[in-house]
Amino acid sequence: MVSSVVDVRSVWRTLDRRTVADIALVCAADALVGLSFGAITVSGGLPAWLPVALSVLVFAGGAQFAAVGAVLAGGGAASGVVAGLILNARLLPFGVAVADVLGSRWPARLLGAHLVVDESVAFTIRQDDPERRRAAFWLTGASLFVVWNLAVVGAALAGRVLRDTDAIGLDAAFPAVLLALVLPTLTGRSRRPAALGAILAVAATTVLPPGLPVLVSLLGLVLVPRRSRAAPS
Amino acid sequence: MSWTAVLVLAAGTYGFRVVGPLLRHRISVPARVQQLLTDAATVLLVGLVATSALTEGHDFAGWARPAGVLVALALVLCRASLPVVVVAAAGTTALLRLLGVA
Repeated sequence: MVSSVVDVRSVWRTLDRRTVADIALVCAADALVGLSFGAITVSGGLPAWLPVALSVLVFAGGAQFAAVGAVLAGGGAASGVVAGLILNARLLPFGVAVADVLGSRWPARLLGAHLVVDESVAFTIRQDDPERRRAAFWLTGASLFVVWNLAVVGAALAGRVLRDTDAIGLDAAFPAVLLALVLPTLTGRSRRPAALGAILAVAATTVLPPGLPVLVSLLGLVLVPRRSRAAPS
Repeated sequence: MSWTAVLVLAAGTYGFRVVGPLLRHRISVPARVQQLLTDAATVLLVGLVATSALTEGHDFAGWARPAGVLVALALVLCRASLPVVVVAAAGTTALLRLLGVA
């Protein structure tokens, strides 16, 4: 499906080997998280179609865990949906930021929108050249979609393969991956807004529901005066 | 959780994602604005790193996880490759937990 809207061969030619290897590693880490998502859901007594449907149709790990967690905790489906939607609100500014890579053709725009996730955005904004931005976005988004869903299907069928990902430190792997991807893009211009935004976001977690504090970090961009960000990278 | 709930969450999530790609070609975006949008994504990702490293819900995530992320930060600054960074971060956190540090 993806091969019909982007030229797969040109993706391979465009990206350097290290970027491709990094994308593969992120897919492997997310596969473990997908395995745990499927396992937690079915071993909690929920039907096997549920984790699979959520993974294909929602395709956002944090929101999927939040939705299933709310249901398993007895909170009801509505609270799970609301928690998931709040967590995914950041995908709106992310979609605006990477919209240029999706081009002007409708199939690519509509299909590509579904592949806007933290990792695909992080790999995209590391690249300056438009061709490489495009290639990084599609390769990350499409391979994550395939790997994530295969992992969830596998775990939903197999049952309890991997439940406690905290024991192997996977909860530290997610911020570590994003940190490694985003640090090189922190230029003189964005460093101070990002630092202030991170402090405000962490402070906001004490009062706001999960998902909203991340959006609070955008205040860093508003509050730091533009001229103090003018330093060239 | 019913199909209705799944579809509502899926539709809402897709709605967030598709706003940017839909609006983008109605207006031409100057290079300066694209730069600002990229900065916004960077700021959001850093905010996501900070909140996911330090917090769980409304509370502190415990010491093991931020310790792993701190090791990751040091390795990134030393220009280590991504596999090294990820394995070291997860390994540090897992080891600390094994030793009884939450």
